[in-house]
Order: sequence, then structure tokens, then C-alpha cells
Amino acid sequence: MKSIRSMAIGAATALAIGAIGVPAMAETPANMLVIAGQIDDITTLDPAQSFEFSGSDISRNIYGKLVNFDPKDLDAGYGPDLAESWTVSDDGKTITFKMREGVKFHSGNPVTAKDAEFSLRRAVTLNKTPSFILTQFGFNADNVEQTIVATGPMTLQITTDRRYAISFVLNCLTATIGGIVDSKLVMENEVDGDLGNTWLRNNTAGSGAYRLGSWKANESITLISNPDFYLGAPAMERVVVRHILESSTQRLLLEKGDIDIARNLNPEDVAGVSGKEGIVVDSELRGRLMYIAFNQKNEILANPKVMEAMKYLIDYEGMKNSFLKGQYTIHQAFLPRTYLGAISDTPYSLDIAKGKTLLAEAGYPDGFEVGLIVREAQERLEIGQSLQNTFGKAGIKVNITVGTAKQMLAVYRARQHDIYLGAWGPDYPDPNTNAATFAVNQDNRDEAGLTGQLAWRNSWDIPKMSEDTLAAVVENDRDVRAKMYEAIQRDHQKRSPFAIMFQKIEQTGRSKNVQNLNLGGAITAVSYWVVTK
Amino acid sequence: MSVSDPPNQGLRAWLLTDAPSSRRHARLAAWYQGWLSFRANPMTMIGFAILLFLVFIAAFAPWLAPHDPFAQDLAARLQPPGSENYILGSDGLGRDILSRLMYGSRITLYIVTLVVIIAPVAGLLVGTVAGYAGGWADVVLMRITDIFLAFPRLVLALAFVAALGAGIENAVLAISLTAWPPYARIARAETLTFRNSDFIHAVRLQGAGALRIITRHIWPLCVSSLVVRVTLDMAGIILAAAGLGFLGLGAQPPTPEWGAMISEGRRFILDHWWVATMPGLAIFTVSLAFNLLGDGLRDVLDPKEGSN
Amino acid sequence: MLGLLFVTFFIGRVMPVDPVLSIVGERATKEIYEAAYLELGLDKPLFVQFFYYLRDVVQGDFGTSLRTGFPVSGDIIRVFPATMELATLGTLIGVFIGVPLGVVAAVRRGTWIDQFARVAALIGYSMPIFWLGLIGLLVLYGILGWVGGPGRLDIYYEDIVPTVTGMILVDSALDGNWEIFRNALSHIILPASLLGYYSLAYISRMTRSFMLEQLSAEYVITARVKGLSEREVIWKHVFSNIKVQLITVIALSYAGLLEGSVLTEIIFAWPGIGSYITTSLLSADMNAVMGGTVVVGLVFVCLNIFSDLLYKFFDPRAK
Repeated sequence: MKSIRSMAIGAATALAIGAIGVPAMAETPANMLVIAGQIDDITTLDPAQSFEFSGSDISRNIYGKLVNFDPKDLDAGYGPDLAESWTVSDDGKTITFKMREGVKFHSGNPVTAKDAEFSLRRAVTLNKTPSFILTQFGFNADNVEQTIVATGPMTLQITTDRRYAISFVLNCLTATIGGIVDSKLVMENEVDGDLGNTWLRNNTAGSGAYRLGSWKANESITLISNPDFYLGAPAMERVVVRHILESSTQRLLLEKGDIDIARNLNPEDVAGVSGKEGIVVDSELRGRLMYIAFNQKNEILANPKVMEAMKYLIDYEGMKNSFLKGQYTIHQAFLPRTYLGAISDTPYSLDIAKGKTLLAEAGYPDGFEVGLIVREAQERLEIGQSLQNTFGKAGIKVNITVGTAKQMLAVYRARQHDIYLGAWGPDYPDPNTNAATFAVNQDNRDEAGLTGQLAWRNSWDIPKMSEDTLAAVVENDRDVRAKMYEAIQRDHQKRSPFAIMFQKIEQTGRSKNVQNLNLGGAITAVSYWVVTK
Repeated sequence: MSVSDPPNQGLRAWLLTDAPSSRRHARLAAWYQGWLSFRANPMTMIGFAILLFLVFIAAFAPWLAPHDPFAQDLAARLQPPGSENYILGSDGLGRDILSRLMYGSRITLYIVTLVVIIAPVAGLLVGTVAGYAGGWADVVLMRITDIFLAFPRLVLALAFVAALGAGIENAVLAISLTAWPPYARIARAETLTFRNSDFIHAVRLQGAGALRIITRHIWPLCVSSLVVRVTLDMAGIILAAAGLGFLGLGAQPPTPEWGAMISEGRRFILDHWWVATMPGLAIFTVSLAFNLLGDGLRDVLDPKEGSN
Repeated sequence: MLGLLFVTFFIGRVMPVDPVLSIVGERATKEIYEAAYLELGLDKPLFVQFFYYLRDVVQGDFGTSLRTGFPVSGDIIRVFPATMELATLGTLIGVFIGVPLGVVAAVRRGTWIDQFARVAALIGYSMPIFWLGLIGLLVLYGILGWVGGPGRLDIYYEDIVPTVTGMILVDSALDGNWEIFRNALSHIILPASLLGYYSLAYISRMTRSFMLEQLSAEYVITARVKGLSEREVIWKHVFSNIKVQLITVIALSYAGLLEGSVLTEIIFAWPGIGSYITTSLLSADMNAVMGGTVVVGLVFVCLNIFSDLLYKFFDPRAK
């Protein structure tokens, strides 16, 4: 029976050996930036199609644009990038760009006006989801030959269908879709007339600070530096972004020194790492808004008094100070702070008594029952539950339905919700990006299918406000334009079916030796090329 | 065949008799002897006791719970266990974890009960029909069973929940859909052994139809092996339900389902370990109890594995 | 197999998640949406779609993942080795501890070691593995730092060893890069132990019951009477008789780990097939889900056939 005992001992030893691991390394290499983030939203890296948060983070570091933001001075607004300078014609419809000399793509091809012409025409012709950013200026597949033209090797001319605020046009060109691709390389990889769309999905042809090393969907993205970058070779030779879903996991990795930057820490983990040796937490105001919307197809919700009551039944302060702590600030207008024309009035705060009075005036003294759809994400579930709680105190019984983002979105787009808890991020750094969706609905019929517009999704019929909002995009006087947006927002705040609640603050855990990290504020995406260690 | 109530002091002797006076007497005696050997195993009794306790808590949750499980108090969130008012601490929205666990036991029992009603019955139906009918029906039904068996179970459940929409009832349905095939196999195997036995032939000669034979004669014979299997599977059912809840596809908030509670508590795990740990312990305890009980039942009902 | 395909296909089509929306995103206009709808062939009748799909699968083409834009077959080749590595190590742990434990428990039936094995197994059955994983990660990695964190490697080691099998332990050993081997080992050990524990519970229980069955057989008594040592009786006679049954059990448990580690993979950020199928499912990426499920189902069927063959090979009665 000896053998049995020795076997048992052997088994125990095996278990013990299994348990002894290898101690983790303490530091990442000096020329490498290691980031934990959530990159499962990326579906393509083609700038003409890419339209996700993580995609724009990558794209900004790979593709140069005609005009761009300087990460060290975002407040300055757009400035020259691949276009050195530009002039505007007297009628305000034509902009002529002069391209920067001596810039090369990663392939070694020079960057010319032909490439810029190709890239913008391509984006319009492909007509993918983000194309509206360009087509709203009247470009379409049929007229690009006349409206976007390289008039010389280094001059590009674009002509809009009418006069717009120049800042509006140029702001739109800083969006991901404005990325300039290497026309020669892309056309070499064209398949079936797709203008290289398939190839660019997971290959890159830019002139920016980095080129793509590898992209494993939902796992990681590696960027490799471009030593010939026209602003100088980046200090970080490799940037790796690993997809880590869990905040607590990101925090563990950061504390262990396995990563330099943790992008998605929740308030508890932020509190946990602050004050830890060698770790700093940065807070940066981003453009994303958190709101709830009331579908006007629902008779009860369409009652103005009910909408007002509900705006008073939200525990803004309570949420901000507890589970959203440090990650959101209270904001109640549709333009994010730092945008032209943004207002910071917060007329609403939790007032159950007032809410009850308003409900009684509306004819619902005992409240009513209503559905709330929420996508499956911790933060939103908690907001949903808080709403359920405070609405309940005024007699409104809220039934929460939780589903994946895609499921909930489908319901929302089909206008089948009662109340939708959502987030909205601006698409380009101009006030029109949010104004055009929150305050424009030119055709409220179901058949119109204006699914891109939040006002339409909530069946909010606003012919007059739509007109006012669209009038603001052609106003070239900055101050007048700002005033117009302010007026629209005040009106919107009062009677719209949107209770805008919070604006995002992104908190990033950073290893102390990483310097100059800029996430892009509310207007653009992250810039790795200025980072040093 | 009526049995008069035996005098109390003689109950034990009556139950232990070697010469039962009636069918009911024999059955009761067998049950009692099973109960005795069952009782002799302390671990089984522990499992049994835990489950009784669980049922008790679930039944009286409204009276036992110190707090309303849904009452939020953002000012008193994430209180550690043992703090005033919160014996097991409070969660991210300031709700009492103990109260939520107590109410959660109702959901757990609800899910288990429903699955246990649906899956074995479905399996029994398919298995006995296939086994009794034979031929094409057998081939077709068993192929279907095989298809379901070849699926990754959690993935299948996920797919169904995703297709039907999240919610407790759908989770129950999804788990049942993945749980029935093994029962069908067992039932079929048992049916095959009985099908050609003399007593079934006898019944058939008496003019009983297939339906009557299956429901009145074959089903009762399959039950005991199914019961053992079901009890052993209960832990699996609880874990599967918790897994779905953990992925956000089970019970919907603010329902205090244990798996969902772990998922909610996961984000606090580094600094506030109790939020995820308490429901985890609850799941563990209950599924352990079912396993202890199932293990004991197997000893009683399945002599092959018997302890003596 | 065909049934498997059909069921997945059908589930995929009745899902209330809109695959088109997954591609075009929230802001898409109606025209862009409709163009994508036609491109996917969603306007055709269901059985026509199924037929096209079947035709492609037979040629080894599972279509393109809607979510990642890569061919599904390529994705699976990338993620499957990760799962296989984890499941193999888990099963090894389960076998090397579970089998001896089961044998000892049967031989020393009723003693403390039998009770211990029984309780250990029952605890293994009862443990919510995702919860144990969370706690284990917190304690062993977060606090003690004994094991590597989530993922298969420290991030900056990625893409260094050339991919041959896709299993990092094997690849790094082939490459002779022992630093990476050690790093990969430190990452895999915790999830593999968890899965190992689960399969240990199963294997040790089954081993025990097989052993008990044999030990009460007559030939054992005969052997004992013949004066063979207990050791010889157990290992030469009894164990070799249960070997075949055991292989079936191990194959089953291996298959279970290959398909059933969804939650473990999610907790440990392990890029395997379980988390691949799950995340694809949640974004209505049905090509990916179907591809993944078919592969898993195939593996399951193959393992079954394999264990049947072994059974026939070893079992004299079956000849």
C-alpha cells in the first residue's frame, strides 16, 4: 500500500508545483507604451468607414488629415496638418488648400493633392455610415469630380453647395473620415472596384506617426512608429492596446506594472489606485452625454407636464456623487461643455414634491407604468435602477428591460421604446454634430426613417426648431452663431423629450513615468506621438 | 385494501415489517428503510438541513429580511459586513446584501423548481416514446437528442436566451432545453429493458394501449433513476442559472438573483470584496447542499454505488 | 452535423438582434442600411440562405465575421488553440490528481481519505467557477503576485514568438524562448487549475465507482487468494480493467472543457473559442457563432468516436 501513499503525495506535490507561479515583471520596456482598453467596438480601420471610439483612437495616430488638432494645445482649435494653409473664396463656398511639401506616406510615396482628392472623393463615393459628415456639404458620388478637385500637384479645391460657416467645414475635416490615404497603395489593393475598402479594413496606408503592426479583433492592436513622421519620430516605438473588459482587471495590471495606462477604470477602482505609489489618475472632460429620452408616441410621455415632472425626478447629485463619482459631471444641455455655444445651466435637480405636483397637474396624481430600456452595461444598469427608484417615489412604476447594445438600439431606431437610456458622443468637433440630431427632425413620419436623428427616434415633431438649428450652420460670425445655439438649447432644455443628465469625464490610470498623454478632450481622439516615458 | 391507522408506538415496527400487508404498506416500508439509511449519512443530512433552511428562508423572506431588498440608500453604499444595520454589508446602490440574498433564494428555488419540472418530464416523454415505439421514431428522436447533446451547453443556453430575450422565464426555458437530452437517454435505456419484459406483455395482452402502457407502467419504473439524476443535476442548474445571470441574461435588475449580484459586485471586488463574495458563497452553499443530498440519494436508490 | 448546423442557423435568424445594425452602426441612414441588408443576402428566403451557407461550409468557408470583418475560419484557427491549450492542461491536472485520488478512495473505502475525496469532489461540482476565478485572480495575482494576470502573456511579450501551433507554451518551447514559456505558464496555471479541479471532481468520482465495481468482482478475490500482493492486484488486474472506461470518461471531460470554459475564458480575458462564440452571439455575428459551434460540435463528435474506437481496441469482449 506504500504506492498509494506515495501517489497521494505525488498528487499533492503536483498541485503545489502548479500553484507556484512565476513572479510578474515589474515594468514595461522604455520605448513601448502598453495600454489596457476596450477595443471590441472596432470593425474596420478604413477611415472612410471607421466610426467607433476605439477606431478613431487608432486612426488619429495613423492618418494625417488636411487640418488637425495639436494635442498640446487643443483649445487652439483646428490648425494646419497635411495642408499648410488655405484660402476661402469671396462667396464662401470654395476653400483652396495648399499641401505641405516633403511629407511621405509609410510606403515612401509622397503626400500630394491627388491623394487628398482621392481620399475625400473615395469617402463620399463609398457612402459608408460616417459619410454624412462630408455629404452634408452637398458632395455626392456624381458631383465629386467637380466639387473636390486637385487643381495642381499641391493644391486642392473643395466647393460646397452653399455658404457654410468655415469653422463648420474645417471641423468636419478633422474627423476620422478626413484621413488622407495613400492613393497609389490603396488602388494597388483594390478588389472588384471597392476602392480598397476590403484591404484597408485591416491594413493601413497613412502618413501619420504610426503604422499598423497587427490587429487581432477583440484582443489587441499593435502600432509601430513611423521614424519619418514629419513632426519627428515618436518616442514610443511600439504602442500596444490590449482589450481588457474588466475595470478591476485593468487596475490589477496597472498596479502590477504590467501596463502603463488603464483607460476604463470605474470610480471604485479609481479611488483604489489613487494615492498608490507610481500611479496617477488623470481626468479629462470628454464629449459623451448621458441622457434619457421619452418617446412621444406614448401618450402619457408626450404630456409636457409629465416630461417636466420626470426631469425633476432624477437624482442627478446622488448619482454623480456615488456610482458615477469622478466619471460624469452634471450637464443638462445637448452641446457638451467646451463646444461653441455650450451652456452650463442646470435648471433641474431632484425634487420629488415638485415632480408629484406636476404629475398631478398633468392628470396622473397616482403615477403610471412605463418601460425603460437599458443596454447591458454596469454603469447604465445602475443609472436605470436609480431612475426606477426615484420615479417610483412619485408613483411612476418603471419596468426595466436590459439587452445588448445592438438589441436596444434596434428597438430605439424602430421607435418602439417608452423611455430610452442612452449615451451620445459627438461625431465631429462642431456644435452642429449634436444640434442636428437632438434638435432637428424635418419629417416625423415613420416612413421617413430618419433613424440617424434622435429627435425622429423619439417622434418629436419640431419643424420650427429644426429650421432654427439649420440656420445656425450658415452663420459665419462666431459669436452670433454661439448665441443662436444657446437660445436653441434653453428652449430645448425646457420642452424637449430629452432629459440630458451627465457629461463624461474620462479617468485614466497612468503609470507616473508616462508623460504628455492626451486623450483628445471633447473634440478628438488620443495622440500617442507626443507621449514620453 | 384499506389500511386502518396503526397505533403510534407500533409505527416503526409496522414500517420495518418483512411482511407488508398491502401495496401501500410495502411502499411506505421501503421509503422508511430508505430514509433510515439516508439518515445514517451525516453529510447527506447536512445537505438536507441546508435545503430545508433555504426553503424556510425563501418562504418567510418578507418577515426575516431586515430591509427592503430594493430600497436604495446611496449615502450608505458599500458598507462592510458587520456594520450597523448591514450584517453582510451593502451593495453599490446601498441595498442590504443579506435581504437581497434572502429574496434571491426565492428566485433560485423558482428556477430550480421550474427546470426540474420541465426538463425531466420532456426527457421522459421523448425517451420512453423512442424506446417503446422503436423503429423510425426511435432513430429520429435520438438523432435530435444527439444534436442537442453535441452542443456546447452554455452556448446553447446563451443562444436561446439571446433569441428569446433576457429574463427568468426564458433562462428557465433555455436551461431546460439544454438539460433534457440526458434524461431522454436514461429513460430510453430503461424503457428498452422493460419493453420486452413479461409483465408488459401481460399488460398488453389485457388490452392496454401504448399510451396506457407508457404512462401507467413504464413511467413509474423510470422515475427513481431520474430522481437521482435530477438531484445531482440541480447544482448544475443553479450554476447555469447563475452563469446566465452573471452574463446579464438571466433575471433582470433590480431582481436580487445571485449570479447577477456577483456580476454587479464584480466591479467592486478589489476594495469591497463582500459584494461579490456573499452571493458566491450562497450559490456555493446551496449547490453543495444539493450535491450532498444527491450523493446520499444515490447511495440509497442506486445500490451499485452503495456505501454498504 | 447537419442538424447542428440547422439549429444554429435557425437560432441565428430568429434572434431579435439586427446583424445589419452591427455593421453599419448607430448613425447609419436608411439607404446605407438597405445597401448592407442586400449585401448580406438577407432578402432571400430562409432556406435559400441556409443552402448557400451549407455550400460554403462544405468548402471550409464559414463566411466573414460581421463583427471583425475577418474570415471566420481564420478567427477560429486563431482562438481555438488558446482553448485547447487551456483544456489540455486542465484535463492533465484532472487526470494526474483525479485518477490516483479515485483509486485510493476506492481501495481505502470509508476511511478519511475516501471522505476527503468525496467532499473535495462535491465541492468541485458545487463551485461557481466564475466566482472562484474572480477570487483566485484577486488573491493569487492581485495580492500575492504568485501567478500571471489575465490574458495569455504579459502584453509586451506579445507577437514575439512565431506562431506554429498557436499554443504559446508549445510555440515558445519550440522556439527555445524559455522566458516567454515561463511567462505563459504563469498566466495559464490559474485558469487551468480551476478547470482541472472541475474535471478532477468528475474523474475521481468515476474512477472510484469503476474501481469499486471491479474490486467486488470474483477475479479479485481469486487473485488475492492466489497470494498476489495488494499492489499487484490493484494495478495489474483491477486498474487495467477500468482503463477503457476511464478513457471514455476522460475524453468526455476533455470535450466538456473544450466547449464549456466560456465563463473561465471571460474572467481571465482568455481569447479562446468560448469567449469568441459568446461575444459574437451578443453582437448577432451569426457567421462566427455558427462557425464556432460547428467546430466545437465536430470536436465533440470526434472525441466520442475516438473513445469508441479505443473502447473497441482495448475491450476484449467487443472484439
